[in-house]
Amino acid sequence: MGFIWFWLVAIMIVAYVLLDGFDLGVGILHPFLAKTEEERKISLRSIGPVWDGNEVWLLAGGGTLYFAFPLLYASAFSGFYLALMIVLWLLIIRGVSVELRSHIGMAVWRTFFDGMFCFSSSLLAIFFGAALANVIRGVPLGPDGYFFLPLWTNWLPGAQPGILDWYTVLGGVIAFVSLAVHGALYLAVKTEGALQSRARKFAQRAWIALVALTVISLPASIFVRKDTLDNYRAFPLAFAVPVLVLTGLAGMLVFSRKGNDRKAFGSSCVYLAVMLVGATVGLYPRLLPSSSDPALDITIAKALSGSYTLHVGLIWWTFGMLLAATYFVVVYRMFKGKVKMDEQGYGH
Amino acid sequence: MDALLLHRIHFAFTITFHYLFPQLTMGLALLIVVLKSIALKTGNERYNQASRFWAKIFAVNFLIGVVTGIPMEFQFGTNWSQFSRLTGGVIGQPLAMEGVFSFFLESAFLGLFLYGEKRLSPLAHWGSALMVWIGSWISGFFIIVTNAWMQHPVAYRILPNGTYEITSFWQFFMNPWAWLEYAHNMSGAVITGSLVMCAVGALYLLENKSLEHAKIFLRVGVIAGCISCIAQIFPTGDLQGRFMAKHQPAAVAGMEGLFKSQQGAPVVIVGQPNEEKQTIDNPIAANGVLSFLVYGTFGAEVQGLDKIPREDWPEPLPLLYYAYHIMAGLGTYFALLMVVSAVLLWRGKLFSTRWALWPLMLSFPLPYIANTAGWMTAEIGRQPWLVYGLMRTSQGYSKYVSAGNGLFTLLGFMGMYTVLSILFIVLVYRIIYMGPELPVGSQAPKNSALATA
Repeated sequence: MGFIWFWLVAIMIVAYVLLDGFDLGVGILHPFLAKTEEERKISLRSIGPVWDGNEVWLLAGGGTLYFAFPLLYASAFSGFYLALMIVLWLLIIRGVSVELRSHIGMAVWRTFFDGMFCFSSSLLAIFFGAALANVIRGVPLGPDGYFFLPLWTNWLPGAQPGILDWYTVLGGVIAFVSLAVHGALYLAVKTEGALQSRARKFAQRAWIALVALTVISLPASIFVRKDTLDNYRAFPLAFAVPVLVLTGLAGMLVFSRKGNDRKAFGSSCVYLAVMLVGATVGLYPRLLPSSSDPALDITIAKALSGSYTLHVGLIWWTFGMLLAATYFVVVYRMFKGKVKMDEQGYGH
Repeated sequence: MDALLLHRIHFAFTITFHYLFPQLTMGLALLIVVLKSIALKTGNERYNQASRFWAKIFAVNFLIGVVTGIPMEFQFGTNWSQFSRLTGGVIGQPLAMEGVFSFFLESAFLGLFLYGEKRLSPLAHWGSALMVWIGSWISGFFIIVTNAWMQHPVAYRILPNGTYEITSFWQFFMNPWAWLEYAHNMSGAVITGSLVMCAVGALYLLENKSLEHAKIFLRVGVIAGCISCIAQIFPTGDLQGRFMAKHQPAAVAGMEGLFKSQQGAPVVIVGQPNEEKQTIDNPIAANGVLSFLVYGTFGAEVQGLDKIPREDWPEPLPLLYYAYHIMAGLGTYFALLMVVSAVLLWRGKLFSTRWALWPLMLSFPLPYIANTAGWMTAEIGRQPWLVYGLMRTSQGYSKYVSAGNGLFTLLGFMGMYTVLSILFIVLVYRIIYMGPELPVGSQAPKNSALATA
């Protein structure tokens, strides 16, 4: 049961990153790639009908984590208190910016919310990357399973780190660049003309930085946690992960150059998914490792809910996910194709 | 500052602000379905315009509800970690189900409802409004089930590691407290929706603009308001009160300010509870009525706070007492206002009766106060328990989140929500000012001359 729920939660997180990832990416690039008012409208409309649903993966994933692994939810959420609260504020700013930006026809109003949309999307990408890096690095768990991290201490990933240190900032930068590229490739799929060619050009340029950061991330992780590769040695099949990561990266560039935007975006999805799976494989069966003593790690076995809860949960979860997948197929088909300006969109 | 008190205020502030929005969302979602159903059946385009107008207000309201709702789910973990750790196996379930069954549904169909009128057939568009309504009401149900378990825990057992698990999925969702609370709460949400709709209708009539739409708003608002205001008192409020008296006698004694157990217990209509002297100052009371409400006879003995150990008294007691009295007082006023308005509507005089239109226009803030006071009654009444009889509030908060950190984020939320309030008021005012007479496809506010870029 623990194994199943571990991977179900992981799948929900991957779904969140792939889906909300592209609208975060569009947010990061919004004021830079979309220059005219019309382009900005198109940029917003490309995500308008879907961003809210994408964000639901975060809530549904969080809720699932809560009931399947209550100890992890309690420990991580209170331990990362300040960072999480900042994330909540950023989510508020971002939602408001997307939806209210076009309500009032004043250039100042729009420019302000364009800026807030970019600011909140950028910081969210960085915080999500840093959060993942925190989980990989480990936190100073106490014997009662709790911890509390300040935002930063001395920026070094030692036994008493802060939420931000050089390693987690690196994680944040990787997330920022990868989601910006992800968003650019999505924009290229959804737009035409000057905006599309700018999006393509950005993706191809930033790709170089993404490759460099991805390559650095592996030795950095091994430096921070010596046991990163233990699971890989135990299950050599897992070495498919780096191969797939490189394939995804190659696909992004090759397809984008050929003008095959859908396949380039698909490659970016592969890249992001496999990067996350790779980190998850290294973690298993831990959920949140200790930065000092492996005996204090929060493991699946320690955090798992009661078996009745989990058995019943599996039934409704499967049913609910099938429903959710159906809605997504319907909505994405409904709004497929290039964004057109003549169409009416409420508030965008 | 005491960390426990700070975490309580943190949750109280964020939940109180949040619930100002979902109550209108849930109420309006139903009323929009009513408007769209009439439009579909009669082909009257004005009802479509009316529903489009309310959809615009709904969209802004829904947005604020969503962005202030996300912090609620996270706060269980951030500020109440010990509670979450022990009860996650129980209440994590409905909270996860809310995401999986309700939020996905709402987000998908809200997109179709707001953006898709031109792409969908009228029936399909009506269907999307229906699904938004269902989604929002399912969402409310999962939250109420969560709260009901904290009020009246059922179908649970304690595992060897001290955590709770449910023993029966069915019994957990069939918790009688949940169904009573749900009925009372949803009827309260419809009251908010109705009174807001009435207020806009009355405003337009008094302003002598958009008259035909104003009459639609008043007709739908008064009928829905009349039904929900009566249902709020009887049967939902009545049943919940009796059930509460049976299972949370301390809460009922606190709500009524009944310090001493007595036969023929009174209902205090006005008066100030004096905790030190354990009396009500300046009471205006109706003798025997409380006994009647709880047990059906005027002479029955009702348990007072004297039968309850001091450490189990709900606190803050005066706030519980006032919250309950404000809720009950306003509820009575709503019922009177709505019955009178309904009679005038039936006699065909409502639209020209200015003395009725004024209170209809001015009363829209009151259901927000009443719904908030009702939730305060429920939540303070449960104190000092977090899970009634099982876990005290002082055992549930995050011990490692200091008062200083808690105050930092509380102030942050206060600032953030002040800005949200201003944005909300400005935008809704603008929608109401522009009025409902827009043709299909111009839902988006038109660019004014100022829009250059």
